[in-house]
Amino acid sequence: MSIFDPKIVAFCCEQSGVPAAEMAKTLKLKMPDNLELVPVPCSGRIETLYLLKALESGADGVVVFACYEENCRYLQGNIRLKGRVGYAKQIMAKIGLESERLEIFHVATNSGVKFTEILMQKVDQLRQLGPNPAK
Amino acid sequence: MIKAEQKPFEEILEYLAPYGKILLSGCGACVTVCNAGGEKDGALLASALRMARRKMGKPIEILESTPARQCEPEFAQELTDTIGKVEAVLSVSCGVGVQTLARYFPATQIFPGVNTTFMGETVAHGVWEERCQACGNCILEKTAGICPIARCAKQLLNGPCGGSSKGKCEIKRETDCAWQLIYDRSKSLGQLHRLSAIIPAKQWGVESRDSGPRSIVREDLKV
Ligand code: SF4
Ligand code: SF4
Repeated sequence: MSIFDPKIVAFCCEQSGVPAAEMAKTLKLKMPDNLELVPVPCSGRIETLYLLKALESGADGVVVFACYEENCRYLQGNIRLKGRVGYAKQIMAKIGLESERLEIFHVATNSGVKFTEILMQKVDQLRQLGPNPAK
Repeated sequence: MIKAEQKPFEEILEYLAPYGKILLSGCGACVTVCNAGGEKDGALLASALRMARRKMGKPIEILESTPARQCEPEFAQELTDTIGKVEAVLSVSCGVGVQTLARYFPATQIFPGVNTTFMGETVAHGVWEERCQACGNCILEKTAGICPIARCAKQLLNGPCGGSSKGKCEIKRETDCAWQLIYDRSKSLGQLHRLSAIIPAKQWGVESRDSGPRSIVREDLKV
């Protein structure tokens, strides 16, 4: 039996997540096979609908790599993101989707190792949860 | 503007259970402003419904459309072609828009996706409060611009009642007493003397909807 290879959509803020991903790539660190990186100018650009659409369109899990709180270049972007992720999770609960399928992680530009560790842990977690039943 | 909030998700799923293809119709006016039934809110609900139905093993196809104002016939009629392709409509406009669709599309089942709640004001981002109950004869000139019909729990015309305490209403302690607000604003306007005039009882049976649904007719505008 083939091992389930969960699809992860990772939204990456250009001020933190994108440089962290580039560092991971430069260091040739192990990345999940089924990964789609979506760069955004600020995590505050991510609307609740993008998060749901990612799940609706085939993601087994969605992660957002954002700057640390109080470290947003646009001041409030990651705070707004937090509200939207909270709202998306409320909707997911109504659908019956596990909360773990959507998560925010705070990283800095030099968090290449942390970036891949988070993603590889997410792969393990999603393998245990199984495929997204709503995709 | 009219304020509304989305109906419980389970309730919506229940209405839609017999259908495999629907239109989710939003409205670009009031319900967009209160984030209950605009284009984005409709898209979010449609996405959630599609996922919930897939998970139940009964997928549903949802077309989406958001007329500028669903309560105006010329905008509602824009939906004619789309409605011809679906089995039912879920409307996330206010109850007026739902009824406009019901009037124009007699052969189609139209379900409400929101609870129309009140006419109110945006007091902060994400916070809306009731301000008017369309009583039919506005008395704001007598009450310093603060409505006792919509904002006093007892709709007192000559308040406050004995339960007003520290500026809060006895019915709901977290709510400001409307008559305290009226008093304070009258005082700051230097108009306290106006409050000594008794406001006569309203003609509820004549002015308000106690005498049945109301209508306004302007002969000069008819075509
Ligand atoms: S007095 Fe009547 S019309 Fe005026 S704001 Fe109050 S409810 Fe509305
Ligand atoms: S406390 Fe004020 S708002 Fe509440 S019922 Fe009495 S007069 Fe009305």
